Amino acid sequence: MARALIRGLALTFKTFFRRPVTEVYPDVKRTLPERFRGRPVLLAREDGRPRCVACGLCEKICPSLCITVVPGTGPDEVRTLRHYGLDLGRCSFCGLCVEACPVDALAMSSEYELAVYDRDALVYAGDRLLAPPEKKNDTHGKGEGNR
Amino acid sequence: MNSWDLFVGIVRIVLFFSVVMGLVAYMTLLERRFLAFFQIRIGPNRVGPWGLLQPVADGIKLLFKEDMTVSHANRFYFLLAPAVSVMSVLACFAVIPASPGVVVADLSVAVLYLLAFSSMGVYGILLAGWSSNNKYALLGGLRAAAQMISYEIPLALSVAGVLVLAGSMSLVDIVKAQEGLWFVVKQPLGFFLFLVCISAETNRTPFDLLECENELVAGYQTEYSSMKFGLFYMAEYAHILLASCLVSLFFLGGWNGPFLPAPLLFLIKVFLVFAAFIWVRATFPRIRYDQLMAFSWKVLMPLGFLNLMVTAVLAVYLT
Repeated sequence: MARALIRGLALTFKTFFRRPVTEVYPDVKRTLPERFRGRPVLLAREDGRPRCVACGLCEKICPSLCITVVPGTGPDEVRTLRHYGLDLGRCSFCGLCVEACPVDALAMSSEYELAVYDRDALVYAGDRLLAPPEKKNDTHGKGEGNR
Repeated sequence: MNSWDLFVGIVRIVLFFSVVMGLVAYMTLLERRFLAFFQIRIGPNRVGPWGLLQPVADGIKLLFKEDMTVSHANRFYFLLAPAVSVMSVLACFAVIPASPGVVVADLSVAVLYLLAFSSMGVYGILLAGWSSNNKYALLGGLRAAAQMISYEIPLALSVAGVLVLAGSMSLVDIVKAQEGLWFVVKQPLGFFLFLVCISAETNRTPFDLLECENELVAGYQTEYSSMKFGLFYMAEYAHILLASCLVSLFFLGGWNGPFLPAPLLFLIKVFLVFAAFIWVRATFPRIRYDQLMAFSWKVLMPLGFLNLMVTAVLAVYLT
């Protein structure tokens, strides 16, 4: 029995000097996997307008029914996007909308700090949906835990 | 006693009291950080640098919590219990010397005084468990009483070995008797017995059956809130500090040692013993109640008697 007790003590003694597995989250953010699925974003054309052609495929495939696409008529009678709504309160971040999109107008970003105080603020529309140009990768931090 | 002596006495008491309370507050932080390291975590580090203000924050929080009394509790004893717990431990510190002069009272019967007051602690816990009018609290209180009484006997037996060697009950004399060789060398079995019994007396983890959160919620403290709960916690940590002091005084040579000034040496030893207690807590699971009792009466007690007899015989024949 004494040997078992001493072996137990030796084990915990070793773990005392191990580096903690804790991530000091708000101070240091871990490196995200490359294909991490964060908030879906609309990608923009060079002129800054969304690439979306308002085909509505994402709305159709969305299992959580969180996407609303309202098409409109642009100049030269072209179908254009009038309103795109994304309710993050319902979104399950499955990424099916991104796969369905025929014109690569949608992408999963790496944004995951999406908490807000108001449910209404979870409904993204207009410019909030666009991917922030250089901010896209800013959640990638140095994934080091330190004491 | 003239008024100057009285004044010096009071100053000593206040000084000692504040040092002990400060140590107790920071022991909670130390224990939480060390336990965290043992469990590959970080521990509280948000309040102040390295979490150093955590005890302050805890104290403020406890003071501002709602002070509740259960409706069917026996109010008088419910209030008395935490006071008895704290008082019985703090009274013990009166005889703990940090170095030859640094002591509130160098009693010639210090060890007897210690044993008497530390067994008073059982009353606090038993009263708390009984007056809460809660079955878990009562069970915790009963377990505590049975456990502390059972482990007091081998504890006293292991101390008796030290007393035989030192030939005195004064803690200062006991430490002076270890100037050449610490008693841990002369009394290895007694040292082991004392360590086991004192961690049972302080209700530390392998023996924390009275608190036992997965069975008894929190045992005797279940119905306590606010600073009354805080007092129990203070009593618990003061008890552990007392235990660490006693281990270093009885067996590790107190303030004897090379180079460093006496009180510092004593503090370092107390710290090391306390760290060992945390280490044990981080390692061993709680033992079953019948095993706890059997261990005390069937293993520790005979060993204690054996140790005392061998020590006594050797002490007579070798001198």
